[in-house]
Amino acid sequence: MFVRLSAAIAAVSLVSGAALAQAAKPTDPQIAHIAYTAGVIDIAAAKQAESKASNKEVKAFAQDMVRDHEAVNKQALDLVKKLKVTPEDNDTSRKLSKDAEDKRAELGKLSGAAYDKAYVANEVAYHKAVNGALESTLIPNANNAELKSLLQTGLKIFQGHQQHAEQLASSLK
Amino acid sequence: MGPRWTLATGAALTLAASVSAHAATVQITMENLVISPAEASAKIGDTIEWINKDVLAHTATARNGDFDVNLPSKKTGTVVLKKAGAVEYYCRYHPNMKATLTVTP
Repeated sequence: MFVRLSAAIAAVSLVSGAALAQAAKPTDPQIAHIAYTAGVIDIAAAKQAESKASNKEVKAFAQDMVRDHEAVNKQALDLVKKLKVTPEDNDTSRKLSKDAEDKRAELGKLSGAAYDKAYVANEVAYHKAVNGALESTLIPNANNAELKSLLQTGLKIFQGHQQHAEQLASSLK
Repeated sequence: MGPRWTLATGAALTLAASVSAHAATVQITMENLVISPAEASAKIGDTIEWINKDVLAHTATARNGDFDVNLPSKKTGTVVLKKAGAVEYYCRYHPNMKATLTVTP
């Protein structure tokens, strides 16, 4: 588990440039918070893209990300309410948010085709990192069956996003 | 002239009625990003009805361009099959959702 988590951390590091060592054995309230935060981050990146992207397909992709991640996060909120679980802020969530802010600032300095390419490349890397963390850490450590099932559906959705982003990235070359 | 014309019309109506009586609706479900059944078959003239049970929007998009059906969350969409052949289709938003439709004459 630790080795696989480290691999996931290494993958996230490519995106965020930092480690997420605290996520070794997260609890359900922490897992819920991390998963929700990961969605919020992608929505923020997509909203930036909706206003900055010049390529039509990239803009459409960003709209897809906002729509899907908002729908998934709404489901997550409904579930934690039903389970009476309060998502618990934690170092992993904080680190993810901080790194994402840095990335957004970095992307914010780009424009035109350079921005489009960098945004889509980051979407590929980010979804890959989140999917790695879901598979190696978040899903295996989730205790509640409904939370686990939501994370498993989330994984399929984000794998779909990753493939979509990869196709988009190759079309931008 | 009059009676024969009536007869011909009657025959045509009967034919049309028998064709539509045979045309079926085949339902395919999309739930938790799984298309089920992943392999379906139908005949020309049949209607395919995709039922999207997810909170996400999906599409049923044929790789050969035969159809591209938008399926908003919790909605259904249909297409009437017009030509025979095996059609691979997928969701444009989640390309990991893939399925095949075999259309026979």
